[in-house]
Amino acid sequence: MNNWKVFLNGLVKENPTFVLLLGMCPTLGTTSSALNGMSMGLATTFVLICSNIVIALLKNLIPDKVRIPAYIVVIASFVTLLQMLMQAYLPSLYASLGLFIPLIVVNCIILGRAEAFAAKNTAIPSLFDGLGMGLGFTWALTLLGAVRELLGTGAVFGFTLLPSSTNMLAFVLAPGAFIVLGYLIAIVNKIKK
Amino acid sequence: MEYILIFISAIFVNNIVLSQFLGICPFLGVSKKIETAKGMGLAVTFVLVIATIVTYLLQIWVLNPFGLQYLQTIVFILVIAALVQMVEIVLKKLSPSLYQALGVFLPLITTNCCILGVAILVANGTYNGQGLEPNLLTGIIYALATALGFALALIVFAGLREQLSLVRIPKGIEGMPIALITAGLLALAFMGFSGIDKGIALFFS
Repeated sequence: MNNWKVFLNGLVKENPTFVLLLGMCPTLGTTSSALNGMSMGLATTFVLICSNIVIALLKNLIPDKVRIPAYIVVIASFVTLLQMLMQAYLPSLYASLGLFIPLIVVNCIILGRAEAFAAKNTAIPSLFDGLGMGLGFTWALTLLGAVRELLGTGAVFGFTLLPSSTNMLAFVLAPGAFIVLGYLIAIVNKIKK
Repeated sequence: MEYILIFISAIFVNNIVLSQFLGICPFLGVSKKIETAKGMGLAVTFVLVIATIVTYLLQIWVLNPFGLQYLQTIVFILVIAALVQMVEIVLKKLSPSLYQALGVFLPLITTNCCILGVAILVANGTYNGQGLEPNLLTGIIYALATALGFALALIVFAGLREQLSLVRIPKGIEGMPIALITAGLLALAFMGFSGIDKGIALFFS
């Protein structure tokens, strides 16, 4: 029951994108389409779950003074693993996400959860925290990607919904990312109240 | 000529923050005042150039000859973290006044993704070198230009936010939403620069 609460916490109450405003670079950089946003979210979820579990297991072995570098090494190892797996099995996706895959290392969500949750809890709750936070990040990125794709190209996940006369290319490009995210956060704030 | 083009392209056309989405966290985090934005811009410029040189040499002399390219991410992030610490210590001894100015911002830089991002781009040679061979000098020029682009975007954005704090904003979009929308409009303005690097290249060729 408690694990369920931890899971929902990341998904809704402390959503990393809309509430904590963490990990903004991949949020804005990879959401030019719903599919890209979702893939980035799932890639981050994978790293987040693995690093949370390993850090929760190792927390008593790591001296307090060097904990941040130690966490970074753990995270970077999983990112490298992910990089190699994606290069081997999903080369086209790897090419479209590009630089943002190695940059998962410096995503503040992952180090933030390691420090705030995994370092204080055991492995099982840490797994649920990683899953909740990761999926919270994923749905936020998917939503942002879907809105941008719909406004910019008239499609969602590649399915055309709007005629091409309503397309506004700026929403797929950089400015749209900022503006759509701004309005989505405003809407989430409104709903929370 | 190509070097000037690298500057124009990295500062205006492909601005690291407004068109490539690297370094958004400090862009949104420390842009409330122009003074702090200047400090952050200066600190990032300093660390980015040093980090690019060190990681590039590491890639050429250690990772490539021993076939360890897959360790790139781990090695780079550790080197950058250590480098930021070292810069902090050296600066404290050599130039206390500069340390005073940059002090607060240095620890924040480790998690600034534009440092790792540019280091990886330069080491892999996958940046826009305007037709120049990707070597150490081009890499340094590119890193410097990128950092100046970051500083420019940050300072302009801080100026806009200072003005925003003086006006009345609809309640629903107070705080982060209006900051993001402002950033979006700034990005839209920077989109107006697209193509000028090619135009200048054509003009002088």
